[in-house]
Amino acid sequence: MTVLEQRGAYRPSPPPAWQPRMDPAPLLPDAEPYRVLGTEAAAKADPDLLRRLHAHLVRGRRYNTQATALTKQGRLAVYPSSTGQEACEVAAALALEERDWLFPSYRDTLAVVARGVDPVEALTLLRGDWHTGYDPYAHRVAPLSTPLATQLPHAVGLAHAARLKGDDVVALAMVGDGGTSEGDFHEALNFAAVWRAPVVFLVQNNGFAISVPLAKQTAAPSLAHKAVGYGMPGRLVDGNDAVAVHEVLGDAVRQARAGGGPTLIEAVTYRIDAHTNADDATRYRGDAEVETWRAHDPVRLLETELTERGLLDEAALEAVREDAEAMAADLRARMNQDPELDPMDLFDHVYAETTAQLREQRDLLRAELAAEQDGPDQQEGDRR
Amino acid sequence: MTTVAVKPATMAQALTRAMRDAMAADPSVHVLGEDVGTLGGVFRVTDGLAKEFGEDRCTDTPLAEAGILGAAVGMAMYGLRPVVEMQFDAFAYPAFEQLVSHVSRMRNRTRGKMPLPITVRIPYGGGIGGVEHHSDSSEAYYMATPGLHVVTPATVADAYGLLRRSIASDDPVVFLEPKRLYWSKDTWNPEQPAEVEPIGRAVVRRTGRSATLITYGPSVPVCLEAAEAARAEGWDLEVIDLRSLVPFDDETVCASVRRTGRAVVVHESTGFGGPGGEIAARVTERCFHHLEAPVLRVAGFDLPYPPPMLERHHLPGVDRVLDAVARLQWEAER
Repeated sequence: MTVLEQRGAYRPSPPPAWQPRMDPAPLLPDAEPYRVLGTEAAAKADPDLLRRLHAHLVRGRRYNTQATALTKQGRLAVYPSSTGQEACEVAAALALEERDWLFPSYRDTLAVVARGVDPVEALTLLRGDWHTGYDPYAHRVAPLSTPLATQLPHAVGLAHAARLKGDDVVALAMVGDGGTSEGDFHEALNFAAVWRAPVVFLVQNNGFAISVPLAKQTAAPSLAHKAVGYGMPGRLVDGNDAVAVHEVLGDAVRQARAGGGPTLIEAVTYRIDAHTNADDATRYRGDAEVETWRAHDPVRLLETELTERGLLDEAALEAVREDAEAMAADLRARMNQDPELDPMDLFDHVYAETTAQLREQRDLLRAELAAEQDGPDQQEGDRR
Repeated sequence: MTTVAVKPATMAQALTRAMRDAMAADPSVHVLGEDVGTLGGVFRVTDGLAKEFGEDRCTDTPLAEAGILGAAVGMAMYGLRPVVEMQFDAFAYPAFEQLVSHVSRMRNRTRGKMPLPITVRIPYGGGIGGVEHHSDSSEAYYMATPGLHVVTPATVADAYGLLRRSIASDDPVVFLEPKRLYWSKDTWNPEQPAEVEPIGRAVVRRTGRSATLITYGPSVPVCLEAAEAARAEGWDLEVIDLRSLVPFDDETVCASVRRTGRAVVVHESTGFGGPGGEIAARVTERCFHHLEAPVLRVAGFDLPYPPPMLERHHLPGVDRVLDAVARLQWEAER
């Protein structure tokens, strides 16, 4: 056969191995964020759940204002407030069973507290006396993660391990809109989907990564659309509608627990306060925008539903507020006491067994502290 | 009396055996990484583990080092004992944030409530003719991170013993495998492996009176060869294999230097900011009055790892070690 004849015999064919791996259509998020409050679906919501969510929201709002006040009094080094995002914080905690795990980011103190962690222990990171003040195993809450999105692969690994052990445990991982740009976000979602790990990813899209708006963060149609690329469903939900967030999270948690794999949820919300007390939000956004979101306040949305349907009378509302005030008063009182610090703690938990080098350094610090106690005159005398 | 025929084994085989025995002894031990399952790893160090223990125990992961180590963190949180393979030294860098920001400090930030028993195995060092990004000596980065143990074997027996110790440790261990020693052989009985001392103990590989060569990993055989060659010059060199960079065995090192009065630190890693600076400082601080000469360093040059056809000029060899020994101010002795 000549070369030309060979060429004539060649017929282009599709590559042999390629075939579509799945139909992407069922993974796509809805065009609009899912809502319950203010729609017909609200009437079907369980009144007890609504009252429970409401009580947590009121407490959560009060917690945010109290913690912010504590920064002004110098009792907290910094507080990244979740004011305006309480629906996400509360729903995240309530959507989980006791055996499940929560993986919070640094802005999710409220979810940590709603899960049952002592409010003061949850704040040691921000007070500055110890990084993680609570025992993660007591309430199955991972340490608040300051590096962005790095806690997401942990959630995947934990969920994967639980499944390998035959436990029907679900991990809920929280991250912000800025965090979705991090490599760890991508790797975590990819691992979760490949392993079909029982994980739920909750992205609180609060509009800003410190000062950078979402438009500069991503060109995706929505953050929920990112799910499709990994082969998991994406859900879009109104993040200020506590009932909707709770329902969407609940569905995703149930699906994960049943072996249906992970879900990515984008909750559309807004950070009413600045990034932290140390930030000045007027440099990057206008009052008008903030006001439109204040009008869509998560606490008021639910309160309106409850009162209009006669599920919450004045006395019940008062009881909820009193409970929140009592929580705030307790927090204030306990945070106004100086924490007990033992500098020797610094050396105790670096390794299971303190190394010879660290023992030397601990002795050095101990000697310095003893000299301080003896007072400057004594020290002067020692030197001579 | 029967004698067991002990055959030569390679370091790679001993490492495989260590993981195999650890997995057989403890169901919480899981191996994960790129190509570790079906293929048995690019260096075949995980050969046979997926077949024997199943893919849930020895798992081929997606190709993402931060994801691998991050997932291992979560697995360890839930009571597993992950052994992570990073394919090459320079491919471990994407996992650096997980290592520094979480793995190394989880015990500390939780006041001991959440220890992370993770072993991160990293083939490291040069001398195998690898192309760019396959030959780094990255130990200084890990040494500079409190909360990690940094361990590196130089013999077949230590490869087994130290890896077993690392996997059993409740602390995270960066286990650096000198890849040019993977195929080094020694008589070693896998059925009755000798007990190896706990992590953190150096060992005197060769006793001597004239000077101490302080080294580890791939440079240990170089130093032993140099010590043999030095006999012709009338030097009787002691060789210390550190085995563990963190914790550092000041005691063994200083006892030797106090006896010999002279020391050279030898490693492949770059000299500037490398482990040798720390070691020289420690020896000087502790043994100053016993020293007859400054502590010298023989290290890789301060440059990005060279292309394979030039790497022999970069790696500390016997001649460079002997030249350093010659500069240890022997004039006073003569």
